[in-house]
Amino acid sequence: MTGAPRRALLAGWASSFWGMLTLRLLGVVAIVFVLSVLIFGMMHLIPGDLVRNLLGLRPANAETIAAIREQYRLDDPFWVQYATWLGNALTGDFGTSIRYQLPVADAIAQRIPLTGTLAVLAMVFAAITAIPLGVVAAKFHQRPVDRAVTGFSVLGLSAPAFVVSLLLLYVFAYYLPIFPVYGGGGGDLLSQLYYLVLPSTALAVGLGAILMRLTRAAMIESLASDYITFARSRGLGEGRVMLLALRNSAIPIVTAAGLVFTYVIGGTILVEAAFALPGLGLMLQDAVLFKDIALVQALVLLVAAVIALLTVAVDFTYAVLDPRVRTRRSAA
Amino acid sequence: MTAPRTTAIALRPAPRAGRGGSVGLAVTGGILAIALVLAAFGPMLAPNALVQDILFGVTPPGTPGHPLGTDELGRDVLALLIAGSGSALAGPVVIALGSMLLGIIFGTITGYVQGWLDFTIGRVTDLLLALPVVVVAIVVAGVFGSGYWVTVAMLIVLFAPSDIRLVRSAVIEQSARPYIESARMLHLGPFRIMFRHILPNVSPIIITNALVNFAIAIVALSSLSFLGVGVSPGSADWGRQLDDGRALLVSNPAASIAPALAIVVVACAANLLGDAIAARAERKGTAE
Repeated sequence: MTGAPRRALLAGWASSFWGMLTLRLLGVVAIVFVLSVLIFGMMHLIPGDLVRNLLGLRPANAETIAAIREQYRLDDPFWVQYATWLGNALTGDFGTSIRYQLPVADAIAQRIPLTGTLAVLAMVFAAITAIPLGVVAAKFHQRPVDRAVTGFSVLGLSAPAFVVSLLLLYVFAYYLPIFPVYGGGGGDLLSQLYYLVLPSTALAVGLGAILMRLTRAAMIESLASDYITFARSRGLGEGRVMLLALRNSAIPIVTAAGLVFTYVIGGTILVEAAFALPGLGLMLQDAVLFKDIALVQALVLLVAAVIALLTVAVDFTYAVLDPRVRTRRSAA
Repeated sequence: MTAPRTTAIALRPAPRAGRGGSVGLAVTGGILAIALVLAAFGPMLAPNALVQDILFGVTPPGTPGHPLGTDELGRDVLALLIAGSGSALAGPVVIALGSMLLGIIFGTITGYVQGWLDFTIGRVTDLLLALPVVVVAIVVAGVFGSGYWVTVAMLIVLFAPSDIRLVRSAVIEQSARPYIESARMLHLGPFRIMFRHILPNVSPIIITNALVNFAIAIVALSSLSFLGVGVSPGSADWGRQLDDGRALLVSNPAASIAPALAIVVVACAANLLGDAIAARAERKGTAE
């Protein structure tokens, strides 16, 4: 087989749906790999003696120092250290947190429910308000309703999550004391949700502003297209027409999921700080402050992995939303 | 029936913003100008902002001599607000200009030359765009220390990828146009074509984007100083002041609400000005 046909075959496979998905997956794996090297290498850049940093508050005697050197393979070259760390990390062993005196995986697992609920609640709040508002703004494009909604979204974009948190705290603590303003609530789910109403609202404001702008832009484009004119000329009801346009606007909205997610990660840190919620965001700040290296590495790797998974999930969602993507074959 | 009417509206040319747009431009531009003047001359206008008077302590807004009251260290909130505008706005200006410069350099070259350099820079920007700013900032501050200009430099690096992408796609779009072809026919050098011929034609997009970046940078930088990254405790900075004043929500709400509103107003003005300039450039573009 000569080179040219094989290359053509390869190009054909690469432009088919599964080929593209495979390439994207490989790209994501490569990004996570590069990040994990950076995350691991970071610990050598921290000022001060590495062994002392890794020991934390544990006593530094010949025995413990030898144990640390052995655990992190500090006498071996960098790549051996990295491979050992990665191998352990892949089996869920990230070492021991010096701040919490627990295995890192356990310490993180304790915090995931709160931060997860906060993020999901905020995304739900944002979606149920922003998407309808975006549709309405697009329907009344360049009329007062659109101007009002767009203006409101600028306000949402310009108000950082911690500013919204503070204003909510002020209003609900002193004028409308119906929601608790500090802490994470009791054990049961309902009281936790109750405590998370204000924090998730604070997070949802900026998120909603982004989502509303995306929906509006995509819907304006959809509503101007021929199939909408055709749907209207067939006499479909306005509700049906809007649903049709919204379904076709879904792809640009989903494409921005990565942007939305990085916003959520930054936002949860700010909101947790503002409301003193003991979630992953406060944990990261704490871990950095106490030079809890193992915990910082695990948390940052977790963020990178979640973003990577989300990127892949977005690619799959395309196929679900758009049949043309699913059935794409090579043109050759 | 509403359907035909809506279609007619969609086909009608967009109504011109007219005077309403100009008024908006003047107001947002004016707010920004005032804020930047305050930032530049803040130290002169409020030289005693950091002078403490612990015995005087917290006072509510409206106290004689202190229109916005004082914080728990007896510092005047209004003076702190004026002095704090410096670090709240100088950094964002540098971030917007710095990332714009990186965007122009790398975006123009990758867009015009393409090839392996384009591919490499493209992957690096992909990587940087996937990083959440706040997480990176907290970790980098923990590793390298959290100086103000270190934080600003880091934000320039994190903001540049979106500039690079924007300039790159605009340059690719321009490169296919006849005037570039004729410039090539005249054997003009690639740098002359890139920076003397293409760049002026993509500059409106770049300037708009710099304004939007300025607004995002205000939000990002104040968020970081709220978390204690970038400015030391007790210094005059809006994000810092908000964090310091949070505990005084009862005794002097202005101590935290005033910097909160300052951040929102200036960021809003920058965002709206960016939007208005973008709309204006778009109208010009479609009119031709």
